[in-house]
Amino acid sequence: MSMLKSSVGRKLTMAVTGAILVLFILGHVLGNMSIFVGPEGINAYAVHLRDLGPLLWVVRLVMLVVFVLHVWFGIQLTLENRAARPVDYQQKKNLVTTFAAKTMIVSGLVLLAFVIYHVLHFTLHVGVDNVDQLAKAYMGEHFDVYTMVVTGFGKAINVLVYVAAMILLFFHVSHGFQSFLQTLGLSNECVQPKYQAVGKFLALVVSIGFISIPVLIMVGIVKL
Amino acid sequence: MSEKTMNLTLYVWRQANAKAPGKMERYEAKGISPDMSFLEMLDVTNEQLIKQGIEPIVFDHDCREGICGMCSQVINGVPHGPEELVTVCQLHMRRFNDGDTIFIEPWRSKAFPIEKDLMVDRGAFDRIMQAYGYTSITCGGAPDANDHPIPKWQLDRAMDAAECIGCGACVAACPNASGMLFTAAKVAHLNMLPQGKPEGARRVKAMIAAHDLEGFGNCTNHYECEAACPKGVKTAFISYLNKELIKALPKGAQD
Amino acid sequence: MKLVNPANKRKYKILMVGTGLGGGAGAATLGELGYNVECFCYQDSARRAHSIAAQGGINAAKAYPNDGDSIRRLFYDTIKGGDFRAREADVWRLSQVSNNIIDQCVAQGVPFARDYAGYLVNRSFGGAQVSRTFYARGQTGQQLLIGAYQSLSRQVKAGKVKIHNRREMLDLVVVDGHAKGITCRNLITGEIESHWGDAVVLATGGYVNVFYLSTNAMGSSVTANWKAAKKGAFFANPCYTQIHPTCIPVTGDHQSKLTLMSESLRNDGRVWVPKKAGDKRPANEIPEDERDYYLETKYPSFGNLVPRDVASRNAKLQADAGKGVGASGYAVNLDFRDAIKRDGEKAIRERYGNLFQMYEKIVDEDAYKVPMRIYPAPHYCMGGLWVDYELQSNVPGLFVLGEANFSVHGANRLGASALMQGLSDGYFVIPYTIGPYLASTTPGAVTTDHDAFKESKAQVEANIEKLRNIKGNKTPFEFHRELGKIMWDNVGMARSEESLKKALTEIPKLREEFWQNLKCVGNDKEVNQQLENAGRVADFLEFAEVLAFDALNRKESCGGHFRVESQTEEGEALRDDENYAYVAAWEYKGEGKAPELHKEPLKFENIHLAQRSYK
Ligand SMILES: Cc1cc2nc3c(=O)[nH]c(=O)nc-3n(C[C@H](O)[C@H](O)[C@H](O)COP(=O)(O)OP(=O)(O)OC[C@H]3O[C@@H](n4cnc5c(N)ncnc54)[C@H](O)[C@@H]3O)c2cc1C
Ligand code: HEM
Ligand code: SF4
Ligand code: FES
Repeated sequence: MSMLKSSVGRKLTMAVTGAILVLFILGHVLGNMSIFVGPEGINAYAVHLRDLGPLLWVVRLVMLVVFVLHVWFGIQLTLENRAARPVDYQQKKNLVTTFAAKTMIVSGLVLLAFVIYHVLHFTLHVGVDNVDQLAKAYMGEHFDVYTMVVTGFGKAINVLVYVAAMILLFFHVSHGFQSFLQTLGLSNECVQPKYQAVGKFLALVVSIGFISIPVLIMVGIVKL
Repeated sequence: MSEKTMNLTLYVWRQANAKAPGKMERYEAKGISPDMSFLEMLDVTNEQLIKQGIEPIVFDHDCREGICGMCSQVINGVPHGPEELVTVCQLHMRRFNDGDTIFIEPWRSKAFPIEKDLMVDRGAFDRIMQAYGYTSITCGGAPDANDHPIPKWQLDRAMDAAECIGCGACVAACPNASGMLFTAAKVAHLNMLPQGKPEGARRVKAMIAAHDLEGFGNCTNHYECEAACPKGVKTAFISYLNKELIKALPKGAQD
Repeated sequence: MKLVNPANKRKYKILMVGTGLGGGAGAATLGELGYNVECFCYQDSARRAHSIAAQGGINAAKAYPNDGDSIRRLFYDTIKGGDFRAREADVWRLSQVSNNIIDQCVAQGVPFARDYAGYLVNRSFGGAQVSRTFYARGQTGQQLLIGAYQSLSRQVKAGKVKIHNRREMLDLVVVDGHAKGITCRNLITGEIESHWGDAVVLATGGYVNVFYLSTNAMGSSVTANWKAAKKGAFFANPCYTQIHPTCIPVTGDHQSKLTLMSESLRNDGRVWVPKKAGDKRPANEIPEDERDYYLETKYPSFGNLVPRDVASRNAKLQADAGKGVGASGYAVNLDFRDAIKRDGEKAIRERYGNLFQMYEKIVDEDAYKVPMRIYPAPHYCMGGLWVDYELQSNVPGLFVLGEANFSVHGANRLGASALMQGLSDGYFVIPYTIGPYLASTTPGAVTTDHDAFKESKAQVEANIEKLRNIKGNKTPFEFHRELGKIMWDNVGMARSEESLKKALTEIPKLREEFWQNLKCVGNDKEVNQQLENAGRVADFLEFAEVLAFDALNRKESCGGHFRVESQTEEGEALRDDENYAYVAAWEYKGEGKAPELHKEPLKFENIHLAQRSYK
């Protein structure tokens, strides 16, 4: 039996990749918090990352593979699941499942779109004003991430997209967290409700963490 | 015991055979006693339909005491109806009120084609069992029953899984029409016992592969199956199944 | 005993009708031996045979509790429990293999209850003074059946067994006096199919649905057995039926089946009715001195724990005297008030919690506060097709297993011994006893090309046409209900010459009406549950007469068969060993003709015949 053909095998892949993504966003949100220290904080953090050199590329590659696998199987499994009930109920009442669980593919696909947009915006600097100026603005040789972020979130549309995506991230992770523990065989009926609570809490903390940045910029607490 | 009777409006899925299209039909059920079971209500309705020259509603049933797993109806959107931990045949009409409208549909899943009206073909479950839902003991060769002591907690755990009656409500309830709770219950029942352990790795792989072949959906941990299961089989067994698969993966060479 | 060469086994094909404990175990084991087996059941899966409903447990003489049990004691208890109307040799063999059954089931993964150290535990059951019953929660039947079904599934994968589910056997095909196949209806497509085999095994369960209401499944019928009987197989002791005392009473005409509650309730509950006939006050308002604890007064030493038949009969006597309780008047109280006062509600909850819960689900009353109402219900049939020690009927090549045969329970079955018999027949008897017959035949000598198959098919089709074309006014349900009433009133717990003769005039009348006034709607070439029921009721209507005939012939009381003319001064069943120590095997002689009686005398060489007494 091939791991990547079986339903549980692919679920395991989803879970492992999902867990890596959760670790990633945890790291990401912690890193982003450095913006509150001021320009030096986040810019130093960015320099630090860039100094990793080839290692950064390894990480990026791994994340890409993880992401592609996660997305690919997510879409595939969802399509199969739809096909498994060709004629739908006239009346169906769900008793325990959550909004988050029912909309994993929606939140996932929106996150996919968001990630592309996000990478284009903050990593490849598409649509960033004065890129040339910013390029050497930090300590005369580094990219000024701080200014880019603060000006970026000066635009309402960017804030809106970002906040919306992070709300969906909340839903995705609130189901995803307990889901990967269950999928990895680490659950039972005693801990399952606890996982669900922890998952929700974690998702909340992460998304509030992310959201706090554009919001604080918008209200002017974080500024240039 | 009450003397009052009820009149109900039923919307029932009617479908002539696997290939024909189906639709909901409206019927009146008159003079229903609250002491009747849901299936007895349908019996009475059917007798009324016959007298009106309408073909009676076909539905699966046999033991009528909640153990054979034949009865299979989604009632007002919930497999086996609104009461917890019972099958349709154990559901009583006192759960309903005079004047209620009740929707009755079959299990819906690609893996369970409809045979007629509310009757479906659950042969997929048999085939999952045939894949490896057994221990390879040939009659005559068994050691004494007490040779392998099984601690009570372990036995009880296996028994919790073994309670499954193969009704298929888990599939009907699952938003993905997945058969994972059933598959997990069978794998857990056997893999948790010393008698089933030696073949555990082969079993879990074979049964999952058979499950997938039937066109069931994949489990995405909605836990609707557990809520619908008349025997209280827990989704914790699905987690156990996943763990068994993880343990079995390095042993790939065995197959 | 002749053996079939292992290399030749694969040349033989065996048809197994029924996938319960008898059929499921038998088919799996025959497959393991190398035979080709084809299996049939009317449910959508082999796992759903009615064996699944057994709650209580299965007996074996393991003697794990060290309480003096032995194969001999199990043998003795079974013979005595059967009121000395079973063959000694068959019962001895059953007792011998009882232990192997437990070993086999445990190896399959049957989760029998165990103690903290991991060893198997036993409970006591009626009719025995030792603790020999193995159980798996309240689901012993389901767990044993799933065990057999697992083994069966393994053989399906191995290609040795083929399962035809949703098939109903509607005829036995006999060629030159040998059983060579069956004709059955595909319940999904309506197709009439012919199947050939070098031998045919029936394991089609019991027939107590002849009473309409019973603890059996809705689809349980006498059809397979009756069709075989019409092809020459003798029907043995049809009048031995068992009425179980602790069932949930009927609530109205709509009732479709009766639910059994474990007999163990009688360990703590006290049975009573009001002293005054027609007293309709709620039970708790009836003062102590106006209650009649009739079992305790009548049987001071056994009290509420008298055997099934005695308890059942006495409940009926009370109801007939107008003292029954509940809306219908067909119920007696089973009161836990005193037990709760004595041991506390907690203790009672621990002992019977699940039963009280089940009762509340069905009746909507809290039995901790008001007495339960119980009433007897038909539960099991000891009678069945006649078989010899090899489980072969008088038609060569036709074998019968489980509840469908008559072999080991005599006139009354003890609790937890039907499961034992089904598995014994399936795992340990038929695999060996079918060999000698097969060895004497040429494999595949007769196939469905033979004219007998075509004739049988034509006859089955004609019968279906006939049922569908009556176009009368009464549904199969209505006829079944009427037949049930005749049987329950006249051929039920207490039978007299008068009541039996009455039944024997009423049954043919009803049968005649059936064939003139049946309304059987729907098509025959698709799922048609009306047609299925009509066919089953038609067979019950013929078989019921033989049952009544047998009851009339047996002018003694024994076990589940109680003739009011034959009782002791205290109202106990009185056997007549001089005249009736025989198996009554009835041969079908054609429609409207009296069946012919063949007697097989019973000899007791190891056990002394004695009067049962439970005073
Ligand atoms: C509620 C209840 C509780 C019980 N509790 C106990 C207990 O605790 N202990 C105990 O020892 N016994 C108990 N019994 C008795 C015992 O369960 C049965 O006697 C026994 O299981 C019968 O097994 P079987 O294999 O003979 O038949 P069944 O299990 O009834 O199987 C019959 C099979 O034949 C098939 N069949 C029937 N007719 C046809 C046909 N015409 N065509 C094709 N297939 C057909 C069916 O599909 C089924 O597969 C109980 C019985 C009941 C009803
Ligand atoms: C920040 C990015 C993401 C994170 C942190 C994340 C996290 C997770 C986690 C932890 C799971 C549970 C794994 C399991 O148990 O199977 C999961 C499941 C899933 N994810 Fe993502 N994911 C992300 C992005 C995406 C994207 C872009 C998609 C787009 C298709 C997606 C689609 C899905 C789907 C369909 C599931 C399966 C639903 C389920 O198992 O309940 N995810 N995700
Ligand atoms: S797990 Fe529960 S719902 Fe699913 S088949 Fe078994 S008993 Fe039915
Ligand atoms: S009819 Fe058997 S479980 Fe409902």
